[in-house]
Order: sequence, then C-alpha cells, then structure tokens
Amino acid sequence: MELLSGADMIARFLKDEGVEYIYGYPGGAALHIYDALFRQDDVKHILVRHEQAATHMADGYARASGKPGVVLVTSGPGATNAVTGIATAYMDSIPMVVLCGQVASHLIGEDAFQETDIVGVTRPIVKHSFSVRHPSEIPTILKKAFYLASTGRPGPVVVDIPKDMTAPTERYEYVYPKKVKLRSYSPVTRGHAGQIKKAVDMMLKARRPVIFAGGGVISGRASEALTDLAKRLNLPVITSLMGLGAYPQNDRQSLGWPGMHGSYEANMAMHHSDLVFGIGVRFDDRVTNNVSKFCPTAKIIHVDIDPSSISKSVQADVPIVGAADNVLNEMLGLLSSRESVNQDALEAWWQQIEGWRSERAGKLYEPATPGEPLKPQQVVEAVHKITHGDAFVVTDVGQHQMFAGQYYKFNKPNRWISSSGLGTMGFGFPAANGIKLNYPDDDVVLFTGEGSFQMMMQELSTCKQFNIPVKIINLNNASLGMVRQWQDLNYKSRHAHSYMESLPDFEKLIEAYGFKAMTVRTLEELEPALEEAFRLKDELVFLDIHVDPREHVYPMQVPLGAMRDMLLSKTERT
Amino acid sequence: MRHIISILMENEPGALSRVVGLFSQRNFNIETLNVAPTDDPTLSRLTVTTVGDDRVVEQITKHLNKLVDVVKLVDLTEGAHIERELMLVKVKATGSARDEVKRTVDIFRAQIVDVTPSLYTVQITGDAGKLDAFLQAMGPIGVLEVARTGVSGIARGEKILSV
Ligand SMILES: Cc1ncc(C[n+]2csc(CCOP(=O)(O)OP(=O)(O)O)c2C)c(N)n1
Ligand SMILES: [Mg+2]
Repeated sequence: MELLSGADMIARFLKDEGVEYIYGYPGGAALHIYDALFRQDDVKHILVRHEQAATHMADGYARASGKPGVVLVTSGPGATNAVTGIATAYMDSIPMVVLCGQVASHLIGEDAFQETDIVGVTRPIVKHSFSVRHPSEIPTILKKAFYLASTGRPGPVVVDIPKDMTAPTERYEYVYPKKVKLRSYSPVTRGHAGQIKKAVDMMLKARRPVIFAGGGVISGRASEALTDLAKRLNLPVITSLMGLGAYPQNDRQSLGWPGMHGSYEANMAMHHSDLVFGIGVRFDDRVTNNVSKFCPTAKIIHVDIDPSSISKSVQADVPIVGAADNVLNEMLGLLSSRESVNQDALEAWWQQIEGWRSERAGKLYEPATPGEPLKPQQVVEAVHKITHGDAFVVTDVGQHQMFAGQYYKFNKPNRWISSSGLGTMGFGFPAANGIKLNYPDDDVVLFTGEGSFQMMMQELSTCKQFNIPVKIINLNNASLGMVRQWQDLNYKSRHAHSYMESLPDFEKLIEAYGFKAMTVRTLEELEPALEEAFRLKDELVFLDIHVDPREHVYPMQVPLGAMRDMLLSKTERT
Repeated sequence: MRHIISILMENEPGALSRVVGLFSQRNFNIETLNVAPTDDPTLSRLTVTTVGDDRVVEQITKHLNKLVDVVKLVDLTEGAHIERELMLVKVKATGSARDEVKRTVDIFRAQIVDVTPSLYTVQITGDAGKLDAFLQAMGPIGVLEVARTGVSGIARGEKILSV
C-alpha cells in the first residue's frame, strides 16, 4: 500500500494516465501541487506566460492528437484567466482537463484572498466539473474527469482543488483507478439499426445527395470510413470548418466547406440538394445562414453522438444517435449486399456541381503582380506549396483565418486547428506551440493577424524557454480586417476602431526574444523568405507579411438569405 | 404547452445549480420548481414545470439528460399523471369576510391551519389550476401572503421513476 499526499497523487495519477505535458502557471493555492511536480520527472510542466495560453496549448495538442490536454492553474485570477480557453474548447467539443487550485476548504465562501467560485463561473462552459472534498477522492475524480472529457461528445472538465486537499501532511492510499463508472453517463455508441437502414435507402434513392461531415468525424476517428462510404457511392462531400481534413480535399468529390465564407460550390450544392447526410455536425448558424431558407428541397439525415445536437437548429427527418465510425461502418456493411446508387440522377447532379465549380474557378481573387501589395490568399497558397500541404495549420481569428481555411488544402484529419465556435482571437499562437511541442518533427504553421497575435504575444517567452520552433505567418493588413470588412459592407466604411494605429516594429519585437523575423512586402520577397523560414527547422521564425488591407473575404453569405445567397466579390453577387 | 418534468439527480452540491443554470443559459422558462430528497439518500427528485412547443421541450429534456448529475427523467405530461401542489395563504378574515372565507375553504376542501382575530391561514393542495382558482375566489376579500411549493407529480399506474 502506498500513501501519498493529494498533491503527489495528482502528479502520480497524471503519469499513470500517460500524460506527458501539462500547461500551467503557479500560485498560492496550487503550490503543493507544483512542489509535487518538482519532485518527479515523468510529467513535464510547461510554464506559459498567461493562463489563457495554457488552455489554448492544451487545446491545440488535443485537436492534433485527439487526447485530452491538461491545464494546471491557481485559484482566483489564475482560474479566471483560463475561462476564455475553457469556453473555446467547449464550443468546439475539445477534450481538456483543467485543474484549478482553490483556497482551503475552511475559507470557501469567505471572500478569501484569491477566491473565485470557478465551478460556478465555468458552469455553462464545461462538460462537467468536480470539487474535491477529501484527498482520498483525488484519483477517482481525476479518472472521471479524463473519462468524461474524452468520451462521448468530448469537452472540457474542471476540477477544483482546495489547498488543504493537497497538503503534504495528509497522506492516503493511492491506487490508479483503471476504470470508473458513472451511473448517469453512458455515451451511446451504436446507432439504431432501423434508422441506419432507412438512411442508406434514402442515400441510394437520392437524386441530389450531399455528405456534410463535421468535427465529430475527426474526433470520432471516422475519416477513413467516411471516405470509403463517399467513394463507394460517389457522393459529393462537404465538410464543416471543424471537419476540414475529414475528407481529402485533393479528391474530386470534395467541395470544401460551406457557410458564411464557404466555397461557392459547397453552398450551391447544399442549397440545391435533395438529401443532406449530416454526420458529426451541428448545423450552426454560420453554416445554415437563415434557417427558414435552409436547403428548401432536402431531406435531412443527422448522425451525432450528442442527441441534443440533433434537431436543435435544423429538424432532422432521420435522426441517428451514435458514434460516427460505428454508424458509417454499419452503413458500409449494408451497402455490400445492395444495388448501387441512382446512377443517372447522380451523373446529372455531378454535372451541375462541376458547372458551379468551373463558374468560379480562377476568379476567386486577383493575385498581386510584382510591385503590387501582396494578397493574403496568395501567401496561404505559397505556404501550402512549400509545406506540401502537410503541415499542422493553426490560425487565429479574422480574415486570415478564413483565407487559411480557403486556400490551404487539407488531406488529413487533425491538421486544421482553428477556434471555430467561439472564434477566439489569441488562440492560434499558444495552440501552435502546444502542437509543436508534441510533434517536434512536423511543420507547424501559424497564420495570424497583427491584431490576434498581439493578444497572446507574451508567449514568445514560453517559446524561448522551451525552444518551440513554430513558423509564424503574420498576415499584416494593419487593421482588424474582419471587423473592417463588416464596416465596409454594413457601416458605409466607417472604420470605428478597426484600424491599428500603433503597430510595433515586429522584427525588433521578435528579435528582442532572440528569434528570427523577416518582413515581406512584395511577391519577389515572398518565396525566398518562406524558403528560409522552413529551412531553419529548429528555429522559431516570424514572417511579418504586409498584405493588401483592402482585401475582403469572399464568398460571403448575404445576411438573412439562403445558403446560395452570396456576395462573390466587391461587385458580384449570386 | 405546459410540461411537468420530473428529474432524479445526484444528491450532490452543485447539481441543482447545473439544472437551474441550464434553463437560464438556454433561454428555457421555468414556471415552478420543486426539489427534495427521495427514499434513496444519493438521489434528489426535482420537478419543474415549463412551457414550450414540442421542439423546445425536446431540447429541454435532451439537455437535461446530458447533465452528468441527471440520472433519469420523465416528462409526466406525456402520460396520465397526478399533479399536486401545496399552498399556504394568509387571507383577511374580519367581519362578514370571516364566514365567507370559511365557506370558500370548505368548497375547495382546503383547511384553516392557523387563526388570529383578523386573519386565517389556509392550507390547500391540488393541481396548479385549483390553487389559482382559490386565489381568485379570495381576491376580493384580501389575500395577504402566498407560499406555494411548486408542482410535484407522479405517473399514474404501474410506471415507476427509479434507477
Ligand atoms: C477575443 C476576441 N475579441 C474580438 C473578436 C472580434 N473580431 C473578430 S475578427 C477581428 C479582427 C482580427 O484582426 P486580425 O487578427 O488582425 O485579423 P484580420 O482580420 O485582420 O486578418 C475581431 C476584432 C474576436 N473574435 N475575439
Ligand atoms: Mg489584421
């Protein structure tokens, strides 16, 4: 029998759970835990420079690996600083375990120094939370936290740990709980056989079907099954932004992503379809545009592991609660014994889709010629080329995010890392760091904007301490571009506070941390700079790339319209 | 439509706030709320009445079911059920009103449980409609204070909500 303090139990549990890195920042209520971490070598702690960064680092790692990221913060301000990152993970269903120090039990409720009711604060943005009330509960609670975070529809779990629970003098028996059971939690895995059969029948009969696959296919590790099914039936595949990479974009059947800034062909195809097979998606309002005009002629099949996602915004005709891989494999099983698709109709459908595709081909934006200000889109294309479409691509939030999603093509899941649901500026840099740390041999590229980067730029110091050589592509339009775009379109170009008056000299800033930075202004400078940046494998390189501030992201859905109602450029509209 | 949802949830601190928080967070409405322990010390039973169309109520039950602290729930209004609420009311009882109150109390099969020279305290049980009707009948005489428990309910017949 082994007696450990609560703090030592935490360190030991993390090791036994197979956690390699945790991300955090110390403070009074967490000091017993930090001391326990100091006295062991198995779990490595990464000291960030702001607790929000710890959550985004853990989040980035979780998105890339599918495993829960682990965060450790102190009570009060440490915990509240983590809130944005918890909400970010919650909105995108990312597995995360956040350990928060708390004031000692006898002080709770007394407005003690650095006391915040973090369980209360985070209640609407967690999958679940725990408060430790006895040190001996720690192993079970932690196991439950990891289990909840990573199964079913994943999400963040907060564990609140009063300081006396980790006191070195209080020692209890430690056994690693291999398994836990919660009587009120048993995520569904298998879909309903009858519903699955009905869905397959509908897919075989459909004349204008589309597959609409989301983040659930990625977190459910079902990309391969999805690809098999799409190939077998020759169906067009649209992925949500969260689902980018769930289906290879270099394949003819991929139509890209739909919605606000989705591709013309994806929005057109989905709008005109007669059957949407949605899987691991939540039909969010950035996709559907005006729900009452959404897909007027389509029947909806909706597969999701979370029943509350189904028929939330869009009424499903065939709801299927189940895990993506199970449902897809069941479908594949049914297919082998059946006749094929509605061949003639499908051929006509593909012709129509190819028509939409060629309508916009080559007209998406006007690349800069030598001497002109660079277009952000062409920078993304150049990065795609130099990384062979194989990098982890992390973004911040804004126009640059949309351009990265539009012009980098993903052929694998878990490579597109972006805060979609919450749209958190500042997410990108720490998330990229979390990935690079865990995948040191892969290229990790951050597309950011000068606005977003300044929200988390203190993390340069973390990169310096732990030697994290990410490549930062700062698409510098000297403005809060996405805000500016909306002001151009809706407020007669009254640019209220979307202009960054006093940007730093980014080269000097980066160099102050001992890293390499280059400024790029023209097409001629672009390729050599990129080549050098990626040649320097082991160095963080920051490219401050000045791009045309007048550029808008198109297509852009027209407010209150249907999916097909889009602005295609500053002068064209569908 | 009005729905009565009965929930068995873990008897843990924080569980109640998660359930209640869900309603405000998702803009669902709560008409009444009633919560108390059950025969099983690890479980509390919470009954909530809410108003919404089928789509909203489906979302409410799905989201409630998703809460880790919610062990089981039933929408009682989906089948035959018994609905009860208890109300304590203080009403003015002076002069001729004293008899009038007594008569109405008898009609409603309520009970007077406390008396002063100027008021009666009345206890009445029934469905929410009956309680409303009693308050309406007392209105002209003078209702001084109302304490209602909120609706509690149980299915009719053999159906049992347990773990
Ligand atoms: C934390 C946070 N605050 C505000 C916003 C609103 N917002 C969305 S995009 C954007 C501008 C982003 O500017 P930048 O990072 O320079 O990217 P750009 O659009 O110029 O490419 C803002 C302010 C947000 N998404 N997140
Ligand atoms: Mg910008």
